[in-house]
Amino acid sequence: MSDISERVKKMVVEHLGANEDEVTEKAHLIDDLGADSLDTVELVMKIEEEFDMEIPEDAAEQIRTVGDAINYIKEKS
Amino acid sequence: MRRVVVTGLGLISPVGCGVDTAWKNILAGTSGAGRIEHIDVGDMACRVAAMVPRVDGRGGGGVDIAGSYDPDALLSKRERKRVDEFIEYSAVAANEAIADSGWAPSGDEIEARERTGVLFGSGIGGFQTIHEAILHVEQKGPRRLSPFTVPSMLLNMASGYISLRYGFKGPNYSVASACAAGAHAIGDAARLIRHGDADVMVAGGGEAPICRMGIASFVACRAMTTAYNDMPEKASRPYDSGRDGFLMGEGAGAVVLEEYEHARARGAKLYAEVMGYGLSGDAHHITRPCPDGDGGYRAMRSAIDNSGFHPSDIGYINAHGTSTQVGDEVEVRAIERLFGEAASGLCVSSTKSMTGHLMGAAGALEAILTIKTLQDQVAPPTINLDSPSFDTLVDLAPHTARPVSTRAAMSNSFGFGGTNAALVFATAPDA
Repeated sequence: MSDISERVKKMVVEHLGANEDEVTEKAHLIDDLGADSLDTVELVMKIEEEFDMEIPEDAAEQIRTVGDAINYIKEKS
Repeated sequence: MRRVVVTGLGLISPVGCGVDTAWKNILAGTSGAGRIEHIDVGDMACRVAAMVPRVDGRGGGGVDIAGSYDPDALLSKRERKRVDEFIEYSAVAANEAIADSGWAPSGDEIEARERTGVLFGSGIGGFQTIHEAILHVEQKGPRRLSPFTVPSMLLNMASGYISLRYGFKGPNYSVASACAAGAHAIGDAARLIRHGDADVMVAGGGEAPICRMGIASFVACRAMTTAYNDMPEKASRPYDSGRDGFLMGEGAGAVVLEEYEHARARGAKLYAEVMGYGLSGDAHHITRPCPDGDGGYRAMRSAIDNSGFHPSDIGYINAHGTSTQVGDEVEVRAIERLFGEAASGLCVSSTKSMTGHLMGAAGALEAILTIKTLQDQVAPPTINLDSPSFDTLVDLAPHTARPVSTRAAMSNSFGFGGTNAALVFATAPDA
């Protein structure tokens, strides 16, 4: 399962241009990693593609930290 | 009356990134044209363009070639993903012009930032973004379309992005007037300063049309060159009897315009003064100019009237001259008519022979080349002009740059839809 965590962190680094050591599970996408609302929309899309899943709008809105994204994927896969 | 001076220049063009390199290449008569290799154009009637040279080799550039563009130098990969290439080019040109001007109000200089605006033009806007978004929606459906599609393709987003980057909170909008947009942006921005809406304006134009849809659509309206796919550097040949349409270019040009006393008070270096601006509409045909050049004639006439000069004061014209069959001669005839006896020996050149046609960025790039002509008193050549298709009294400056001795110069830009703009510049007031 750590594979999911690593893959998500890698995507966050890539799409938000964040430093690897800043991308912890606790890191808040907007407050800590400098994403804006459009970045988070895009990140969710990339996660959908990467993990071949569909994340409904209301679930996507609950993804606020790196850990939220990892936990959501773990629950659904 | 508030006077407007030019205090900063910036450009990214097929003849190089950065004003100094590009100007050197222009005076040497260097073509920026090449074969299109970064996208598949095997099925296109036109397979050549004038492209920005890049450090990775695209567009004929390379790490060791001066003026090659390094995309990582200004915008991060993440920032580039959020903006269309026309915005990226506009930002690169604006960055050079702003740095060159030395105008950098800090975060707490709120009034200074509120008195600084941005006005960029483009012909199309986010051509490549529109192309990719259509493919996505039609092939994959609407889900997962990038949320940056709209902010990336909007034509005014170059102005928006530049204002965000530098915190300039003054007037912010764009002009969309096809191949005259860069000139209209500079002319309008000068008027905003003259009228008191701003003290400083970053103005220019950007265009990034080299994609399959861009090439196909301009080939479809019979505007582009198709006969020189094996000799790209010969494809753009204004006034020459072998011309067969324009060569598509890409890039951006930017100027910092400033109210004269404002510039003097901070000891800014002055390149030139914006003296006149003229605009007109053809009301003739969607893509062709009036056969008698009436639209261009009236834009030039009102720019010169507006400047307070007489035609005989103008010693150089950077022509629109796109290398199309009809347009090139019509413009020269309009110049002859307007200048009368002063047309004899007047230096008129088309730098599009080297840069290709940067469409919505052309007017900005050519305004910069016109300003450099005044500064250095040397006019760029029209390359590839081996055998002119018509006789004229003006000097079309074939092949080689030539000295001029003049206080004033004009730049012409005309666009589809019958839109025309002319700008008149003079040497800097202190010079």
